[in-house]
Amino acid sequence: MNLFESTLIIWAGAVAAGFVGALTGLGGGFIVVPLLTLLLGVDIRYAIGASLVSVIATSSGAAAAFVREGFSNIRIGMLLEIATTTGAIIAASLAPFVPTSIIGIIFGLVLLQSAYLSSRKQADHPYAGPPDKWAERLRLNGSYPTAEGPRSYQIANIFGGFVLMWFAGILSGLLGIGSGAVKVLAMDQVMHVPFKVSTATSNFMIGVTAAASAGIYLSRGYIEPALAMPVMLGVLVGSMAGAKILFKIRTKLLRKIFAVIILLLGLQLIYKGIMGGI
Amino acid sequence: MRDLGGQWSDRNVERVVGTLLRTGVLLAAAVVIVGAIMFLFEHGTDRFDFHEFHGIRPEICTLGGIVHQAFTLHSRGIIQLGLLLLIATPVARVLFSVFAFALENDRVYVAITIVVLTILLFSLTHIS
Repeated sequence: MNLFESTLIIWAGAVAAGFVGALTGLGGGFIVVPLLTLLLGVDIRYAIGASLVSVIATSSGAAAAFVREGFSNIRIGMLLEIATTTGAIIAASLAPFVPTSIIGIIFGLVLLQSAYLSSRKQADHPYAGPPDKWAERLRLNGSYPTAEGPRSYQIANIFGGFVLMWFAGILSGLLGIGSGAVKVLAMDQVMHVPFKVSTATSNFMIGVTAAASAGIYLSRGYIEPALAMPVMLGVLVGSMAGAKILFKIRTKLLRKIFAVIILLLGLQLIYKGIMGGI
Repeated sequence: MRDLGGQWSDRNVERVVGTLLRTGVLLAAAVVIVGAIMFLFEHGTDRFDFHEFHGIRPEICTLGGIVHQAFTLHSRGIIQLGLLLLIATPVARVLFSVFAFALENDRVYVAITIVVLTILLFSLTHIS
């Protein structure tokens, strides 16, 4: 295979990664990494570098549309980014001392459980209790576009969501994958954020978390232009197309797609943990 | 919630943040496409071989090196420059949000955003 052919193959895979990654708020890394390592036999470090590029491209490519249309809640995103970024820094200093393969297996099991829970829920579960004091004070309540016009929502359990996001940051620092899943689950299951707003806001956030670790990957020589180039160009096309679909797709279907992907992510983590690949 | 009387609303902020992100990714993509065309002309028939990790050439691992390689029209340098623009986009978004929340007179979020920006810049420059 020459570089012209590999560019075409990687580009096509990256379009799919960007499309699904943008819709689900998970980023495109879970497709890009196996495509490069398993199908093309690329060293994992080059794959991680390309995956980082794919996450930033998915995030910025789709967020441009999500933010303008009002899907992403930028206040929730900003507030929770404090948790994810400090979590990531703590993880960087913890990494040498913790058994990452065991954490990978445990987290994999948590994802399997979440996939089951997520697939059972049919639609959103709006918060109907008394207005949350902190949600009002921090102006986190909002509205998002639907076919029947803007629908407003209230959120709750800010503190619980914040703590979970902190764990998401630590996990992404330790394991390198899966933080998007925790972000979506924390907003959807704990804070009562509508599912589409959860995925769009997670998508909005993952670019910042990934950008924080870009410098280190670049200086270590993980970002190979021949691989990152088709990944970036493909993911941008895919994520912009995915962003167009979010308005139309039914929440039920989106939730099912999300459940299938975190199921696969969970299995991937358990497999890697058992094989000692983390 | 009390309206704090700022000239700016959340809708304005969303519109400008959206435009900023779009401009950033399109600019980055344009640069990468130029580099990609040159790269495929020069190396399109080279063998695909990334089975072993050798790192990439040190001259395209640093900011100064990438800029130099790009402006001396080396295709890999131009691609890396485009990727740097892509990486800079979310950072620029956070930086802009500080000003946007300030225009909205929203002090709490100016503070929150400055904290995020500080952590981001710290981890970009310190963790290695």
